[in-house]
Amino acid sequence: MPVLADILAQGQRVVGHRPWPRYQVTPEAWNQAASAIAAGRASLFGLWGDTGAAPMVNMAIIEESSGDIAVASLACPMRKFPSVGALHPPAIRLERAIHSLCGLEPVGAPDTRPWLDFGFWNVKHPLGECAPVAAAPGAYAFLPAEGAALHQIPVGPVHAGTIEPGHFRFTASGETVVRLEERLGYVHKGIESLMAGATIERAAQLAARASGDSTVAYGIAFAHAVEAALGIEAPARARYVRALMAELERLANHLGDIGAICNDAAFALMQAHCAVLREEVLRAAARSFGHRLMMDRVVPGGVAADLHADGPNVIRALLQDIRLRFPRLVELYDNTASLQDRTAAAGVVSVDLVRRFAASGYIGRASGRGFDARKTPGYAPYDRLDFTVPVLTEGDVDARIWIRVREVEQSLQLIEQILATLPGGPVATALEGGDGEGLGLAEGFRGDVLAWVRLDGLSVVRCHLRDPSWFQWPLLESAVEGNIVADFPLCNKSFNCSYSGHDL
Amino acid sequence: MVLIRDLLIQGAQMFLVLLAAPLFTGFVRKVKARLLRRQGPPLIQPYLDLVRLTRKEVVLAESASWLFRVIPYLVFAATWIAASLVPTFRTGLLFSWSADLIAIIALLGSGRFFLALGGLDVGTSFGGIGSSREVMIASLAEPAMLMIVFTLALIAGSTQLSTVAQFMASPQVGLRASLALTFVGLVLVAIAESSRIPVDNPATHLELTMVHEAMVLEYSGRHLALIELSSALKLILYVSLLACLFAPWGIEAAGAAPPALAIGVATYIAKLAVGGFLLAVFETSIAKMRVFRVAEFLGVALMLGFLATLLRFVSESF
Repeated sequence: MPVLADILAQGQRVVGHRPWPRYQVTPEAWNQAASAIAAGRASLFGLWGDTGAAPMVNMAIIEESSGDIAVASLACPMRKFPSVGALHPPAIRLERAIHSLCGLEPVGAPDTRPWLDFGFWNVKHPLGECAPVAAAPGAYAFLPAEGAALHQIPVGPVHAGTIEPGHFRFTASGETVVRLEERLGYVHKGIESLMAGATIERAAQLAARASGDSTVAYGIAFAHAVEAALGIEAPARARYVRALMAELERLANHLGDIGAICNDAAFALMQAHCAVLREEVLRAAARSFGHRLMMDRVVPGGVAADLHADGPNVIRALLQDIRLRFPRLVELYDNTASLQDRTAAAGVVSVDLVRRFAASGYIGRASGRGFDARKTPGYAPYDRLDFTVPVLTEGDVDARIWIRVREVEQSLQLIEQILATLPGGPVATALEGGDGEGLGLAEGFRGDVLAWVRLDGLSVVRCHLRDPSWFQWPLLESAVEGNIVADFPLCNKSFNCSYSGHDL
Repeated sequence: MVLIRDLLIQGAQMFLVLLAAPLFTGFVRKVKARLLRRQGPPLIQPYLDLVRLTRKEVVLAESASWLFRVIPYLVFAATWIAASLVPTFRTGLLFSWSADLIAIIALLGSGRFFLALGGLDVGTSFGGIGSSREVMIASLAEPAMLMIVFTLALIAGSTQLSTVAQFMASPQVGLRASLALTFVGLVLVAIAESSRIPVDNPATHLELTMVHEAMVLEYSGRHLALIELSSALKLILYVSLLACLFAPWGIEAAGAAPPALAIGVATYIAKLAVGGFLLAVFETSIAKMRVFRVAEFLGVALMLGFLATLLRFVSESF
């Protein structure tokens, strides 16, 4: 990678990290890399702590133009590292999470409040020294917003509807939102702690449960990472079957989302019809793969079970049905002026912010960032399939709906192509133990999921999963600013960020 | 004897609206569910909900004052009286001398005033949001409603609802442009006042978008049951009002023979069914508007009322 090559070449390349290189760098090189990201010459792709024999922090960097990825590792024997967030704000929450989990302190960080640790764990830094401490939940200092006319509205973490928990602190001037601050972490399950020392098989199950709606994407990302670390490849048929599942998952989630966003504008008709379509996708998935959400169907080395014998027919019938009914729903959306009045120009995310945060998925694409892990760096079988990535620049709720609509159309086309070109052969290769580190990527419906794994034999030493929501949640705060309080649910639903995958 | 009979009929009217109100709400919900291809809850679900709520314990916030506990009863009483003053199957009831349109608006207005106070009383942010939005809507809806009342009074020569209804049922009324404007205006006001889509969403679970529901968020148990019943009464009140003013057919005039009473009740039920069906269709076909769009929505109602009054001044025949 031309821009970062000079910086990272100062460091030492780590042997056994595949498929992209990892460099052990000096603090100077670390800072230079952070400055390069802040200057927009590359994008932050992940930031996580690793407290094995030698504590270190890892920073995954991607150069979007070429699709080159590299990981910079900085040893921190004093359990301190120079803050990236001081230069590049998107790293702030990741650093706070590193501090909560691993006890590695970002020096010079603009925000030192804990992110995941609310004081209920009975241990400190569970991925680090894991020292027992008495539970001491303390008050959380929200960012101040002062002014005589301002008032605060605390919302959550328990909501009136059945959604995931998260706290939103609004500061409003009448109906206008002046500041929104999110506080997340309520669904922290300790997945990374559970993965340390687990067998690959067990770790794959845990990865599949990081965020239930993206279980296939997580499965693929984790499988890619493990396969890279072991230096093996899944058989061709397995890759096609995985892609088939991933597209079905995308289809189900996008259909559900389109309906749910309209329902938040009290237009229940759209949801009623979209929910029927989503249900049909899930039923087709159950008949083809034996599980509605296709959980645990992707395993490192291949897939757990081949497509059921009448799967292709079931899925083709599903495609036909969606092709028949979905365009009419899109027309309904397009022709309902009262609905458009709500979605157009609401919750705008600027093109500039999306680029800085390297936000992926429909949020990025609605604001001009066409990044898609299936294209750049790309993985099989998408390199042989023909599809386009829709991009808009409006950045409002309406644009995020239209991106989903276009992606549904692309997924339908992809599924057709996959069914037509599905190769024969085995669907899994046996895993032989090995040492190594791997980085895996997969494009979920929400955006790119990153998995990094270090193996020892057939067990996982350390695994890190980075949900796309890490770079999307902060943008919601910006999208809502200046909107009215009553429009927040609509904006939030159009983002539909993951709580579970983000809180791990 | 006549007095007892009149009292009985008046009592029947009061209990008819009280008993029919939850059924009507259930009916609208059912039609909406069927339009969405869902089975929907049974028609009697609102009654079951009321029973369930009255059996439940009342949970009061520590900061709640005595006013908070009294308000549900005040609101219920005001709404029930207002609802029973609107002629449903018969005009010229015993209490109809008090059934003045302005009195009905005042009763509903005081009910809302107390409910808004109740929302503010506990001091939670949602109650405050709900109250401020409700008062904003009310401040726009009330002038519109008054203009509509003035037009009707100018046409019928009285603000007394029973007289107006009788006049509307008589052939003297004819086709008038001002009545058409008033009708549309009153429909808009009715939608806003009874917290329906597109102004408010009675079925939402999104605490930040609620208006009426946010205001009563802290109520529970029998208090909530009374407030829910009041909401149902308010909805049936507006439908009855529209029916008696703009579809007065079949309504029994005072002193008519007993069979007319049966016809009156039957046509009333038919009118409710049509009204409920139209409401459900309307609500299904439209999204909720932004909070500040309500001003434009009710502004239209106000202008229609205004225009209708002006037309009446221009010429008697409009």
